[in-house]
Amino acid sequence: MERWGKGILILAMAFLFAVSSFTVVSGQDTIKIGVIGPMKFVQGQGHWNGATMAAEEINAKGGIQVGAKKMKIELVQADSNEFLNVTDATTAMERLVTKDKVHFIVGGFRTEAVLPMQDIAMENKKIFIGVGAAHDELCNRVARDYKTYKYWFRGSPFNSTFLGRTSFVHLATVGAILKGSLNIPKVKVAIAAEKAEWTEPLIKGGETAIPAMGMEIAGIWRPSPVATDVTAELSAIQRSDAHLIFTIFSSSVGIPFARQAGELKIPAVQVGINVEAQKDGFWQATRGMGNYVATMNTYARGVESNELTKAFVDTYVKRFNETPTYTADTYSVIVNSLAPVIEQLGTLDPEKLIPVMETRVHKSCSGTVAYLKDAEGRHLHELRWGPGFLTALGVQWQDGELKGFWPNKWKPAPEAPEVTYKGMVPYKIPPWMIEKYKK
Amino acid sequence: MNLLIDIIISGLISGSVFALLAIGFSLIFGVARIVNIAHTAFYMVAAYCIYVVTQRMGFHPLWGMVAAIVLVTLLGIISYKLFINPIREHHGAVLIATIALAMAFQEVMGIIFTGSYLSVPKLIKGYHVILGVKVFYQQLLTFGAALLILAGLWALLMRTKLGLAVRSTAQDREVANLMGINEARVAMATMGLSVGLAALTGAIVVPLTVLEPHMWMHPLVMMMAVVVLGGLGSLKGSFLGAYILGFAEALVVFLAPMGAFLKGSVALSIMILVLLIRPEGLFGVSFEEER
Repeated sequence: MERWGKGILILAMAFLFAVSSFTVVSGQDTIKIGVIGPMKFVQGQGHWNGATMAAEEINAKGGIQVGAKKMKIELVQADSNEFLNVTDATTAMERLVTKDKVHFIVGGFRTEAVLPMQDIAMENKKIFIGVGAAHDELCNRVARDYKTYKYWFRGSPFNSTFLGRTSFVHLATVGAILKGSLNIPKVKVAIAAEKAEWTEPLIKGGETAIPAMGMEIAGIWRPSPVATDVTAELSAIQRSDAHLIFTIFSSSVGIPFARQAGELKIPAVQVGINVEAQKDGFWQATRGMGNYVATMNTYARGVESNELTKAFVDTYVKRFNETPTYTADTYSVIVNSLAPVIEQLGTLDPEKLIPVMETRVHKSCSGTVAYLKDAEGRHLHELRWGPGFLTALGVQWQDGELKGFWPNKWKPAPEAPEVTYKGMVPYKIPPWMIEKYKK
Repeated sequence: MNLLIDIIISGLISGSVFALLAIGFSLIFGVARIVNIAHTAFYMVAAYCIYVVTQRMGFHPLWGMVAAIVLVTLLGIISYKLFINPIREHHGAVLIATIALAMAFQEVMGIIFTGSYLSVPKLIKGYHVILGVKVFYQQLLTFGAALLILAGLWALLMRTKLGLAVRSTAQDREVANLMGINEARVAMATMGLSVGLAALTGAIVVPLTVLEPHMWMHPLVMMMAVVVLGGLGSLKGSFLGAYILGFAEALVVFLAPMGAFLKGSVALSIMILVLLIRPEGLFGVSFEEER
């Protein structure tokens, strides 16, 4: 009986080991790419789905030409569980580089977890292309200590500073619409930012940028990232007579905030960053009460940043039955950034790939990728923001569909030409706002 | 004046949610000395039951509530029989077993529903404006339910035979046994009642919140704070403690909006402060007197 027990235990352990080392395609002549992210969550699923699509597409063509031979892509999944435990993220990264011996790593989401993950990848001299975390520090490290951190590249999204810049453009755009349509002489803005590291520079930026845009700050509210009831905050915002709520949310609080604001018909529109509102599931999660919520986003059905967007979005929707979010940019990172450079140089050696990767300008599914240098001319491996490069989108929930409203005749500078992406629609003001202000 | 109204209404609403959770937890501790860490995990399971019945099967939320209460109560009784009863005399082991139980529920829900954020429809849609403050009907229902449940529990404990048995067991388990009360059965019935209350709370509160497998953790912390503040095992204390912490949260949000994320921490600090002055909590039995 005891022997049986031991046998079952050994079998169970073997099964668990096999499951934890889940891989797609296995073989010796493969390029192993580690995909790391919170796999039980939508963000990690985006990482995996994007990478899967990339691997399938490349492998269907026989693989990547590396010198004289064609090598297929082998994906290795690593669950970072970084929303719940940063230590799990570092363990997953250790496993990718030591046990799985991957050639490249893509993914990561929370800055707090990506920073230690980055250290592990750098120690092991593995090219790690971040798809999720936005903090500037991740790339500042490259400039400060190039020798150590040169293996890091930002894949998506662009950094917090540029995220802030884009969301302030959205804020100004919607502020002008409110002012013009509802005859509001001075638009009041409530800043609602979750308590998290990445939101700090955006709040600071907002405190300067909002008055500079001719608007007034009505107050700053900092709910917990995992708050489930924000009715008290919303009551306070309503009391402040804010017309516009500048949201800075990447966690679950974005759902109750949008849902409860919609249900209570708070007469203030939401613009800014609400990561939950970027997902198709937002409509169900808010039970349709997230209507008119606007957020920055990378993709929206029917919107084309360039000629690569449509094919990617359509195939992704067909394959996974949902619109890709920015963590699915693992696709572009593999297909548009990594694979062409490997083919061009015919090697997997990071020391040879990095000098080409950091100077190469190429198209991805969300725009044109180019890497920046800092003021002293040092490589940052930081994505370039702006018209002609990456700008992201301003999207709004309109009756169950996520529609693009920006850039739409956007003039980045008075003399600059207008920028409009294909598939843009006008921004819509919630009817209860019109009812309140348009007499 | 407006600010005061905001604080009073928000405090009453938050306090009612805490009270609903804390009463059930306090009940099972008072009667059987079981610290059921899985209490809010049962609340989470109830939430998913309602989701399945309303969203996957398409039934009215009322049926979801009924199904959740029945199924989760059954699950609670089975869990008690299998995992808690055999180790009941070892309080530390019970504590650890209920933590494990909660984690198991969390993982099972994670496997079935993934980590995606979900929601369920409200039983009563819309809101009412009270003195200029918009309050969801569902929040009013929560407030009413908290008062009704306390009244119902009081009636059950004071006016029924089962209540007499529960009170006797809570007072002195051995003497109650000697007087012919089947103490084990009373403990099981109380566990069923306690878990049923957790399910009911889930049914009422969940339409106001977001479903995800870790949703039991934050309410657990607040519930523990409430029962420790009110006095472990004291229903009256739990009720009062819940509203004290509810008002503390509302004060933070309205008076220090930049520190709204600190509302939980402030509530916990109040709990620590009260414990420093009165270690047994507001209405608890002092530790020295405990059996």
